[in-house]
Amino acid sequence: MSYQGKKNIPKITSDRLLIKGGRIVNDDQSFHADIYMEDGLIKQIGDNLIVPGGVKTIEAQGKMVIPGGIDIHTHFQMPYRGTTTVDDFAQGSKAALAGGTTMIVDHVIPEPGSSLVEAFDQWRQWADEKACCDYSLHVDVTHWNDSVKQELDSLIKDKGVNSFQVYMAYKDYYQMSNSELYEVFTFLAERGGIAQVHAENGEIIAEEQARMLQMGITGPEGHVLSRPEELEAEAVFRAITIASQTNCPLYVTRVMSKSAADIISQARKKGNVVFGEPITASLGTDGTHYWSKNWAKAASFVTSPPLSPDPTTPDYLNTLLSSGDLSVTGSAHCTFSVSQKAIGKDDFTQIPEGVNGVEERMALIWDKAVTTGKMDENMFVAVTSTNAAKILNLYPRKGRIAVGSDADLVIWDTDSIRTITAKTHNSAAEYNVFEGMELRGAPLVVICQGKIVLEDGNLHVTSGVGRFIPCSPFPDFAYKRVKARKQLAVLRAVPRGMYDGPVSEFSMSRGGTPSASARTSPTKQPVRNLHQSGFSLAGNPAPCGPPTPDDIPIRPAGRRIVVPPGGRSNITSLS
Amino acid sequence: MSGSCYQGKNSIPHLTSEKLLIKGGRVVNDDQSLYADVYIEDGLIKQVGENLVVPGGVRVIEANGRMVIPGGIDVNTCLMKPYLGTYPVDDFLQGTKAALAGGTTMIIDHVTPQPGDSLLDAFEHWQEAADKRACCDYSLHVDIPQWNEAVKDELELLVQEKGINSFQVYMAYKDVYQMSDSELYEAFSFLKQLGAVVLVHAENGDLIAQEQRKILGMGITGPEGHPLSRPEELEAEAVFRAITLGNRVNCPVYITKVMSKSAADTITQAKRKGSVVFGEPITASLATDGSNYWSKNWAKAAAYVTSPPLSPDPTTPDHLHTLLACGDLQVVGSAHCTYSTSQKAIGKDDFTLIPEGINGVEERMGFVWDKAVAMGKMDENQFVAVTSTNAAKIFNLYPRKGRIAVGSDADVVIWDPDSIKTITAKLQQSASEYNIFEGLECRGGPVLVLSQGHVVYEEGKLQVQQGTGRFIPCKPFPDYAYQRIKFRNQVRGNQGVSRGMYDGPVYDVTPTPKYITPAPSAKTSPTSHQPPPVRNLHQSNFSLSGAQIDDNVPRRSGHRIVAPPGGRSNITSLG
Repeated sequence: MSYQGKKNIPKITSDRLLIKGGRIVNDDQSFHADIYMEDGLIKQIGDNLIVPGGVKTIEAQGKMVIPGGIDIHTHFQMPYRGTTTVDDFAQGSKAALAGGTTMIVDHVIPEPGSSLVEAFDQWRQWADEKACCDYSLHVDVTHWNDSVKQELDSLIKDKGVNSFQVYMAYKDYYQMSNSELYEVFTFLAERGGIAQVHAENGEIIAEEQARMLQMGITGPEGHVLSRPEELEAEAVFRAITIASQTNCPLYVTRVMSKSAADIISQARKKGNVVFGEPITASLGTDGTHYWSKNWAKAASFVTSPPLSPDPTTPDYLNTLLSSGDLSVTGSAHCTFSVSQKAIGKDDFTQIPEGVNGVEERMALIWDKAVTTGKMDENMFVAVTSTNAAKILNLYPRKGRIAVGSDADLVIWDTDSIRTITAKTHNSAAEYNVFEGMELRGAPLVVICQGKIVLEDGNLHVTSGVGRFIPCSPFPDFAYKRVKARKQLAVLRAVPRGMYDGPVSEFSMSRGGTPSASARTSPTKQPVRNLHQSGFSLAGNPAPCGPPTPDDIPIRPAGRRIVVPPGGRSNITSLS
Repeated sequence: MSGSCYQGKNSIPHLTSEKLLIKGGRVVNDDQSLYADVYIEDGLIKQVGENLVVPGGVRVIEANGRMVIPGGIDVNTCLMKPYLGTYPVDDFLQGTKAALAGGTTMIIDHVTPQPGDSLLDAFEHWQEAADKRACCDYSLHVDIPQWNEAVKDELELLVQEKGINSFQVYMAYKDVYQMSDSELYEAFSFLKQLGAVVLVHAENGDLIAQEQRKILGMGITGPEGHPLSRPEELEAEAVFRAITLGNRVNCPVYITKVMSKSAADTITQAKRKGSVVFGEPITASLATDGSNYWSKNWAKAAAYVTSPPLSPDPTTPDHLHTLLACGDLQVVGSAHCTYSTSQKAIGKDDFTLIPEGINGVEERMGFVWDKAVAMGKMDENQFVAVTSTNAAKIFNLYPRKGRIAVGSDADVVIWDPDSIKTITAKLQQSASEYNIFEGLECRGGPVLVLSQGHVVYEEGKLQVQQGTGRFIPCKPFPDYAYQRIKFRNQVRGNQGVSRGMYDGPVYDVTPTPKYITPAPSAKTSPTSHQPPPVRNLHQSNFSLSGAQIDDNVPRRSGHRIVAPPGGRSNITSLG
């Protein structure tokens, strides 16, 4: 749709490009081959390609050629109390391209009570006008009722959205109760959506915030003190439990702490379908800066869940990312100016939340995980690009260098060293949370939609060329297992005769465990399967479990079962 | 209160003397075992040692080298818990008889007021009933069915004047007893100030309600619906959340009825991280499993219904014994709450209406011996700890109860480690028709039981008199739970960072804030309370190694910190 605006990009002489002599790195293997691109698609891969004349050739000279990064979590141009984040879709996607990221997935955040589809259309409009790279959208579900269900249906079926975020924090605003979460997850599991969750216990946060403010702590350090990492871990644990009950794939956005990551790790070992997304900030820096004497600096780190003050966190998260326990990386790029942050100068709960990271994401992971030997180059491609494409059901169009895939790719320089600073970054923010950090590894050439956008250190981007990439439901990466489990997870009742013994008189007026639904008649189907209820398969009781003595043989009806010690009762057998 | 019913004892048959000498026994406490004689007078242990000088006319009991242990304390019984107008078949008389026959000389019963009832009235009602009927000493827990301001006054009165130091809150039973996280936070904070022990019924009630609806909707109405709608991960989730709350409030948390491996593991992990948490498995979870919910015999299946349910995983009892032996779980209760089959049949067409409760007060000590000590998991001292001493410590009854020492109450059991009996409802003291341990063989049992210095059980015969049980008041702030809490209180205490006022530009916010994390309390002015410049990170759980680099380098005021890339801003330093 916006694809036609490309011809005014400077310095691009042709739609046809040949990358010669590179080493192609996908998530599964690396090999030396040339790549020929035409019309924004990869047309040929191999040695000694036969290509038409007049093709621009890029000499990769043995350097890595990787699929362009996918930043699965951004907040560009996000409205906030009458203002918007300083990086709009143009500025933000420019920063993304400068860092080797050729696709972003932004969050649509409708106001609670307003229409999801309208908000989606609004975001589409903003992004289509300005984005310099392809994009998709997540939609946040900020309230829950029947009309939201219809909107979700239409977003999934007609609008190309397959991932929806719900909030366990922001009490009385975005926060959902456990029952609502259960219903949302159940709904998404039926429709093939991915349930993304902002995992923090909002109720306890509200209590802790009140306590901090009452103690006179109003600076940014109150933000992290009122949101300790165990509240993140608690919510992750709860979200996983609910997802497991509803058999819905779960995606935890912004894994910020070791304990939250551990919970995800443990759940995956138990077989839960859960994906964890650490962000650039949690992989690269820590929360000690909240105590900076410089208010503006401390405030620039404010995001939720907060950065952990434990300085060993980034290293730990990089390890779990390398081992596959965490699956994808985002940036949660959401930048506010200092004057916007200063809305909360007297009260940390009012500080707008967000950190930068879209530009630094790829280099930071290369520096912290690959150069340290934690992760190989293929895993690097997986966590920066391929896994995101798989979760969003965009694979192999995105996230892979293959014939027919989109020509979004990056020639990666493994050795260049850069120092991060707000002076030279492409974001409009005054602070960079990675200020002063030296990072090894950087994109040398970035190709987006088959056009060179970064070369020789120069960015050539065009606002508005970014296309919306629709995501279809039921991504195999998440749903194949879920579908198989669904077939197993049919619960059956035990066939029994009717109980015909005496029944105590009782009054329903108070107490008891009231059942929500009307009673139904018992005994339907003879087999049962406990898979869905989440306990270990080793513990699968009858019919394969130990038969109880009085199950076999079945007693004839009318026979007395038990002589109670007092002889007071007259129970008849119920077999 | 205490001692008021103490005078009625001389009418107990077979008691010829108030003075007793146990000769030749091996006294086993939780810390050591030693050969010693025990001399008892006036219901108290007067001398422990060899070659005691005792007055004439003393009844001598020959222990013949057998173990002499402190009488068991069953920390969880419900002998008067009303359900839809009916009451358990074991009242205080029947229940305490069963307790004594099993070697348990003290019970702690749950006062279970209905929402809206006065806690104080309920407490007095329970105490009156117990004073009339109980044949062994008892204390009471009070359950808090709902949280409001009026409850607070009653709690204060109960703790300060009535001798109650433990209160149970519910995370399950939606719309009846269940409390929200915010209410739990407040309840924990309040109870901590009073020095009480918070008992938690840990299950996620929201999800249970959803699952119950789903399962009834599938036509499953029999007792198997009970465990299917309450899978063990819902228990583990709630345990995790309760511990998180306890950590935030810095309050000891006691999990009643640990029924599953995952719940127990959650407690174990929390203890590894330093949480003050106690776990109470019960006789049923230590000796049987949930496979019987699928019994074809409705009445039998219903007899197992309790919440959280028995786990269908048959390896559960073994796992719980292991954790009990290593100290990760501390106390054993029974949750004895027996309903007749006709009472259980209230739920014959709907499992959610089956009254919840199982037997176990009589079998408790025997099964711990059989499954833990006889199996070599646990030694005899740990056996005394988990069946008696730890309970006395947690509820501040130690060393009056839970120890054989000079001055302690003469609640003493001579234990035979080799006696074998087969559990059956025909021979039990309880009035219920079913025994969920029916047919299990149990090694180990009491030979002789002394309660208040009187022989109440000898050679398989009970000699009790109703009304002899005394109410034992429990004082707040038990050291076992609160000593660590007190120290943590001292080192906790968050400090704000002292900074100059932010004097840069502030974005003008629209008067009605839209995107906020609302703070429940009023905002405080930032300078009204300048906290001292030191800070302590202990409370927020992160590692102390997270000091930040600019701690020691206070910035000079007036010094420009950052030149923003566009030069658009005019922030001044705030140091």
